[in-house]
Amino acid sequence: MSSLAVRKAAPAAGTTPGTAQGPPPRRRRIALVPTVTLLIGALYCLLPVAWVVIAATKSGSELFSTFTFLPGTGFTQNVSDLNAYRDGVYWKWMANSALYAGLGAFLSTAVSAFSGYALAIYRFRGRETVFNILLAGVLMPPVILAIPQYLLMAEADLTDSYASVLLPLVLSPYGVYLARIYSAAAVPADIVEAGRMDGASELRIFTRIALPMMVPGLVTVFLFQFVAVWNNFLLPYIMLSDDEKFPITLGLFTLLEQGSNTPALYTLVITGALLAVIPLVALFLVVQRFWSLDLLSGAVKS
Amino acid sequence: MTSARRNRKAYGVKGAPYAFLLPATILFALFFALPIGYAIWLSLHKVQVKGLGLGSGARKEVWAGLENYADALTDSELLAGALRVLGYGAVVVPVMLGLALLFALMLDADRVRLAPVTRLAIFLPYAIPGVVAAMLWGFLYLPDVSPFYFVLDRLGLPQPDLLDGGPLYLALSNIAVWGGTGFNMIVIYTSLRAIPAEVHEAAKLDGATPLQTALRIKIPMVVPSLVLTFFFSIIATLQVFSEPTTLRPLTNSVSTTWSPLMKVYQDAFRKGDIHSAAATAVIIALVTLVLSFGFLRAANSRTRQEAAR
Repeated sequence: MSSLAVRKAAPAAGTTPGTAQGPPPRRRRIALVPTVTLLIGALYCLLPVAWVVIAATKSGSELFSTFTFLPGTGFTQNVSDLNAYRDGVYWKWMANSALYAGLGAFLSTAVSAFSGYALAIYRFRGRETVFNILLAGVLMPPVILAIPQYLLMAEADLTDSYASVLLPLVLSPYGVYLARIYSAAAVPADIVEAGRMDGASELRIFTRIALPMMVPGLVTVFLFQFVAVWNNFLLPYIMLSDDEKFPITLGLFTLLEQGSNTPALYTLVITGALLAVIPLVALFLVVQRFWSLDLLSGAVKS
Repeated sequence: MTSARRNRKAYGVKGAPYAFLLPATILFALFFALPIGYAIWLSLHKVQVKGLGLGSGARKEVWAGLENYADALTDSELLAGALRVLGYGAVVVPVMLGLALLFALMLDADRVRLAPVTRLAIFLPYAIPGVVAAMLWGFLYLPDVSPFYFVLDRLGLPQPDLLDGGPLYLALSNIAVWGGTGFNMIVIYTSLRAIPAEVHEAAKLDGATPLQTALRIKIPMVVPSLVLTFFFSIIATLQVFSEPTTLRPLTNSVSTTWSPLMKVYQDAFRKGDIHSAAATAVIIALVTLVLSFGFLRAANSRTRQEAAR
């Protein structure tokens, strides 16, 4: 199972027999072209992040007058302005995003685990049909769903509620797909059979035996869904009108929209964007060792 | 074991997968099947207004057949939006996947330094919401705050408007490329790592240069990953919505109907014409399905041919 972590894939430079044949000084030589290419790529990817870190330190007047990559003096002022904006609605947005993404990803992972396991372990009539129908869900443009979802939610009097943003995201066809390939690789059929011999119920076999084996894959499903919900914009944009229920993406968007009339809000948008990026980047840095990213490519080796 | 007990046990096993699939089935019915059915129903109907359209019963939903579809397909705004997205996708998909493949190959190269750090940096944008990414780049495109304009100004060079005309496409494409390259790079890189070491060694013994190894061995072996990433990129491109919507407050050049999805939103929620919005949405879904399945079939037959050789 350790073969599933991408981290192990750190390039084994100098350890392969091929490179060991040269004289010792050659082994320490850096491959210049690949290293420089990767550095340029990293700089390109970090540029907007570096910009927002610096721009968030500038006061409103400095933003438009000083050189972009020169730090300013207004960071604490910006944060307290953001804090004060409409009685701290910004933090409400962050809390909402955490709720939508956390609870949504948790429920979604649970549903994916049950369905993925069932589709991988059991042979039953309609198995492939169920799987193919679920997969077709991946291809559905969100908007073809979002409009009728909105109208149906309106019928059920659920629009502009937390449930209207949470519920449609619980079933993730991609999550089911990942859970299926992962349980097929990680849960041996013999163990399920042995559980049955011992007289355990199917549910017990799943929760006590299979589920622990599926944990690394389910962590990936959870994180994938967490990012997907955290980044989601269209569904809350359509469903919600009360900005107390907005997730951070929608909140920042409305702030930017108002900012086009009152440029003073730009510093709030920039500071808000920086603070919104921090939790997810931190999450990434902390959990990257637990992601089995090769699962995302479907390249699971058992 | 009596036969009755065995039967009950067998029944328990038989019922289990259906029970496990129940939550997904209910959710699929409620949030996928029902909305899709409703969208199709809506797209085949229209509102008929009697008299002045006042009072209850004056507005009635009547069968429209394919009228909404005919309207949508001949709508010049929608057509223009489709062409814009086509142009946008023609830039995004090749550039993004080209860069992803390039970076993946570089990560996989021998004696490369700083690979873990740069890999993480390139993957980082995946963690940043599309809306926030569009905002960050939007500000970098604004002459008043952008470092690019500052540099151009100091050098006395002309300063193009990045948020208008042709450059707008590049500006939008750049946001998508920035956000998507890292994820695709990881997918391709993972399958590069899955190539058995013997293959590399054999190539080395044959005296292949790194470039030859990449072109003749590595790239052909990661074709399935490239197919997968291409597939997801096309779907994502056809559905572009949040990035152009986010740039709207920063420029007048992004219309409310810039992409087909934006037109659907506009029709449904601003004009309140859910029937034609539904028809447009169904058309977008059909185009997505046809393109994806067509592409998958083509890719499958390619790989089968290759396997046969």
